[in-house]
Amino acid sequence: MARKLNMRKRYELLTRGLGWEPTYQPREKVFSNETYEGIKITDWSKWEDPFRLTVDAYWKYQAEKDKKLYAVMDSFAQNNAHLNVADASYVNALKLFIQGVTPLEYAAHRNFARLARQFGGEGAQIACQMQSIDELRHAQTQIHTISHYNKHFNGLHDPFHMFDRVWYLSVPKSYFDDASSAGPFEFITSVSFAFEYLLTNLLFVPFMSGAAYNGDMATVTFGFSAQSDESRHMTLGLEIIKFLLEQHEDNVPIVQGWIDKHFWRAYRVLALVSMMQDYMLPESPMSWKEAWEIYFVENAGALFNDLGRYGLRMPRHHEVATAEAEHLSHQVFGIFYNYTHAAALNLGLPGEKKMDWLSEKYPNTFDKYYRPRYEMWAQMAKEGKRFYNGGLPQLCQVCQVPMAFTEIGKGDPMQFSYRVSEYNGEKFHTCSDGCKDIFDHEPEKYVHAWLPVHQILQGNCGGATIPDVLNWYHFQPEDSGEYAGSADEIRWKAMHGKAAESTQDAA
Amino acid sequence: MTVKSIQGEYPVVMMDSVERFHGNQLVYINWDHHTSFCSANTYPLPPDMPFGALTAEVLPGVLGAHPDFPQIQWDKVEWMLDGEGFTPDMDKSLKDNGVGHKSLIRFRTLGLKGYRGTGN
Repeated sequence: MARKLNMRKRYELLTRGLGWEPTYQPREKVFSNETYEGIKITDWSKWEDPFRLTVDAYWKYQAEKDKKLYAVMDSFAQNNAHLNVADASYVNALKLFIQGVTPLEYAAHRNFARLARQFGGEGAQIACQMQSIDELRHAQTQIHTISHYNKHFNGLHDPFHMFDRVWYLSVPKSYFDDASSAGPFEFITSVSFAFEYLLTNLLFVPFMSGAAYNGDMATVTFGFSAQSDESRHMTLGLEIIKFLLEQHEDNVPIVQGWIDKHFWRAYRVLALVSMMQDYMLPESPMSWKEAWEIYFVENAGALFNDLGRYGLRMPRHHEVATAEAEHLSHQVFGIFYNYTHAAALNLGLPGEKKMDWLSEKYPNTFDKYYRPRYEMWAQMAKEGKRFYNGGLPQLCQVCQVPMAFTEIGKGDPMQFSYRVSEYNGEKFHTCSDGCKDIFDHEPEKYVHAWLPVHQILQGNCGGATIPDVLNWYHFQPEDSGEYAGSADEIRWKAMHGKAAESTQDAA
Repeated sequence: MTVKSIQGEYPVVMMDSVERFHGNQLVYINWDHHTSFCSANTYPLPPDMPFGALTAEVLPGVLGAHPDFPQIQWDKVEWMLDGEGFTPDMDKSLKDNGVGHKSLIRFRTLGLKGYRGTGN
């Protein structure tokens, strides 16, 4: 072959020419995970990778991107560009990101490597290998980008340890563990379709445009670098669904069930992002509700119109999620304000400017339900009795979020929503019809949930007192608590040559 | 429905069974229309504890921070146990009142609906 092959030809040779029929072992033993979920694949060669990336093209392209990214990170560090962010309270968004999202990237890396091994088709194997490497690069570049902030701010020092132990990080962890402990087809439906295709914009846009609005150019650059990978992953997610549906009609109800389940699970993880978006950004590009309308209601509506010809419908309970959009971020912020003393974040009540922005963005709910709550808390703080919840929360057995969600669909938004199931003679509480459906479908799986509150009470988390547990989380004492007067705020003011006095209105 | 597994039967381990809580049982308690407490709370309590100890000893430490709390008239509170209205006998134990492991107790306070009646 003297002539250089074009990309398409190389892709075909690489992905279609590398497979063989095994003879030493039966095929079903070599690909032992391929059939037990009930998915029927009749012809792997129908797998179409729209990008047709080959390994050499991948390396070249990614190396160029990473070179640019690391150049920006170097100059960011040399110029102490963390001083240019809008306010130190912004760094809370980065804390949540590195504690809760970066470990997911790493878990995705491991799982796509598993898929690359378990799928029987070469095209799918190659696509999953590349995504596995992407996810590892994302974890690494996020750690490198945010490590600069770790020199100057608290709460960023041990995210992987925290991810495995901390109560609010059990929300993203349990979602991903749920997908990871399922078969390869459920995993890819969950992560590539329900999360990356349907909902990834609701994760990435708030963090990256939040970074842009708040002067964090390092994170913006990381976002640009990851964006082309993310769009490849999204396209892959859609192709996978179409491939599964076209392979066999028996796949349709199975895939629909997975979409219903993982849409709801991923949506509950995004509840944390909604709080970040509306409460942690000093300058807010867009409210959670606006993002939900654009990235879910409009986009997903069009998508499922298109997928209707395969027999798929919108994920179950999507209308509940849409109704919740006016309340979600406020309810989740309430959880974190209750337990700021036990989170590696420094939070405070929204200041007047932020409250007015929230009133404008949430005209039906904010002034009626949530502004009075903050007035009460502000009054208590003024009297020297800053409100903290002195007990441990009740957690949902499935999503593991404290049971703070309310009966919005039933027109009773100040009534917590309680669902309960019985299994093996024991009660299991869930926060919503979405989580209860998931529990009832596979109760044996969810009785295995490692619920942080129950684990603390069983004595498995370092001790009986809050300082014992926080120590076991690897929190430093200054990582938690009110933003006003926090070590971060004091240091931030010192960096800017201001006296170390606290301001209630910092957020 | 059962979990599909690669080989053999899917094992079941009851992660939160009552014997794991050192003689206590878990009880979830919520004060309705006071959502500034972000959810019901989880309490590990001895099943033989008198119900009356809840209002006298357990709840004040957690809910006492709310300005409505000192105004509660406990003899006029409406109680719910696991979704049904009920009238607890304050002198009897949790167990004898029908409160089991992972029961949910809710109560409503007449005339007190949170900060300025907003459910907070």
